[in-house]
Amino acid sequence: MNPVRNVEAPRITVKVREMFLQANICLDDDVEEALRRARDGEETETGRLVLERILENAAVAREERLPICQDTGLAVVFVELGQDVRVVGGALRDAIEEGVRQAYREGCFRQSVCDPLSRVNTGDNTPAVIHLEVVPGDALRLAVMPKGGGSENMSAVTMLLPTAGRDGIRDHVVETVLRAGPNPCPPVIVGVGIGGAMEEAALLAKRSLLRPLGEKSPDGRLALLEAEILTEINRRGGGPQGFGGNASALAVHVEMKPCHIACLPVAVNIQCHAARHHVAEI
Amino acid sequence: MTETRRLVTPLTDADCAALEVGDMVLLSGVVFTARDTAHSRLRESLIRGEAPPFDLNGAVIFYAGPAPAPPGRVIGAIGPTTSYRMDPFAPLLMERGLKGMIGKGKRSPEVIAAMARHRAVYFGAIGGVAALTSRCVRKAAVVAYEDLGPEAILRLELAELPVVVVNDIRGGDLYDLARKERLHSER
Repeated sequence: MNPVRNVEAPRITVKVREMFLQANICLDDDVEEALRRARDGEETETGRLVLERILENAAVAREERLPICQDTGLAVVFVELGQDVRVVGGALRDAIEEGVRQAYREGCFRQSVCDPLSRVNTGDNTPAVIHLEVVPGDALRLAVMPKGGGSENMSAVTMLLPTAGRDGIRDHVVETVLRAGPNPCPPVIVGVGIGGAMEEAALLAKRSLLRPLGEKSPDGRLALLEAEILTEINRRGGGPQGFGGNASALAVHVEMKPCHIACLPVAVNIQCHAARHHVAEI
Repeated sequence: MTETRRLVTPLTDADCAALEVGDMVLLSGVVFTARDTAHSRLRESLIRGEAPPFDLNGAVIFYAGPAPAPPGRVIGAIGPTTSYRMDPFAPLLMERGLKGMIGKGKRSPEVIAAMARHRAVYFGAIGGVAALTSRCVRKAAVVAYEDLGPEAILRLELAELPVVVVNDIRGGDLYDLARKERLHSER
C-alpha cells in the first residue's frame, strides 16, 4: 500500500491566496506572448492601438499591483487530488474558500458574487466554483481561473444533431463566437468541449482554457478543427474589441470525450483577452 | 477612425450631433457609474415620479463597477461592463436627458433608434485595461445605492478617458462597419 502524505489545510489556503493574487495581477507569459504576436500581425491601425493598450495595461497592473481587469471574476478552482493525499487540519473546501476570501480582500479585487434571486452580494467573492478530481499519486495540483462575467455570458452548451458532423461543429462554434461579437472583450480565447454528457461538455470547454495558449491538441483531428475555427473567426470577426481588424481570437482549444449515440453536446466557453490562470502543485 | 476630439461633460445636443461613428474622443468631466441593479432601481424611481439621484440633463453614464480603491488611490481597477444588459433601461433615461453612455459591446436596435430620437451617443471604452483606465479617474464618490457595493452609483471626475464613438445620432454602428470592412478587404 502507498504511504499516505498529509497536507495541512492552512497550506492550501496560503497557496490558493497566492495563486489568485498572482493570476489577477500578472498576466501569464503565454497570454502576453500571444497578444504581442497578435499586435505584430494586426492589419489595422485601430486594432494595433487597442492591442498596444492591452499590453501597456498588463505592464502597469504588474508594476502597480492592480488587477488587470476590474472584473476579477468568479473564483474557479480545479483540484487534482492524489488519492494518497490526506488533507489534515481542516476541510479541503473550507481551505480553498479561505484562500479566495483572503486574496480578494488583500488584492483589492472586486467582490463579484451574489445571490441569484435577491442579487445581494456575498461580500467575500465566495463560494468559489471548485472542480475536484481524484487521481493516482500523492500530489495535490491546483489551477485557478478568475473568470469574468462578460465572456461567460456569451458561452453556451448546445445539443447538436449527431449527424451534424465535424463541419457542423465547426460552423456552430464559429457562429457562436461571431454572434458574441464585441461583447466578450476580443481578442478572445475559445474553449470548446465536444462530447460527454451535457455538463461534461461544459467542463471540457472550461478546462481547455487552462491549456497553454497556442499549444495544439495532441489529437490531429482536433488540432485541424482548432486551426479551421480560428482562421474563420479571424477572417469574419470584428477584430480587437470589435473596432476593426483581424485579431478577433488568439486561440481555439478543443477537448473531446465519447458521447451517447443519440447526442452531440458541444460547449463553447469564451474567455476574454485577460485570460487569467495560474497552476501550482503542493 | 476619423479624428480625435476632446469633449467635456455634460454633453449638449450640438456635442452629440458633431460626433460620428469611429471618432476617437478623450472624454473629461463628471460621469456616473451604473450597472444592472442600479438601472433597475433608477427606472423604478423615475416611474414613481421621484427625482433621479443625479441630474440626467446632459449626463453620461459609465457602465462600470470598479474594484475597491487600494490605500492612497482615488479608485481601484475600473473598466466598462457589457452594455446590452442595460438596453431595457436606456431609452427611458435618454428620454429624461441622458446624452451619453460608455460601455462595451453591441446595443439593441431599440436603443440605437432612441439615440437618434434623443440625440445621444454610445461610446466604447476598451475592456480589460482596468489598471490604465483607473489613471483617468481624478475623483470618485458614492451618490446613491451604497448598499449595492460594487454596483453603487458613483460620481466620477474623468480626465481624458480614451473612448470611440460606436453609435452616433444617425444610427451608425462601428461594430457593423468593422465587420463589413473586414469582409470587403478580402475581395
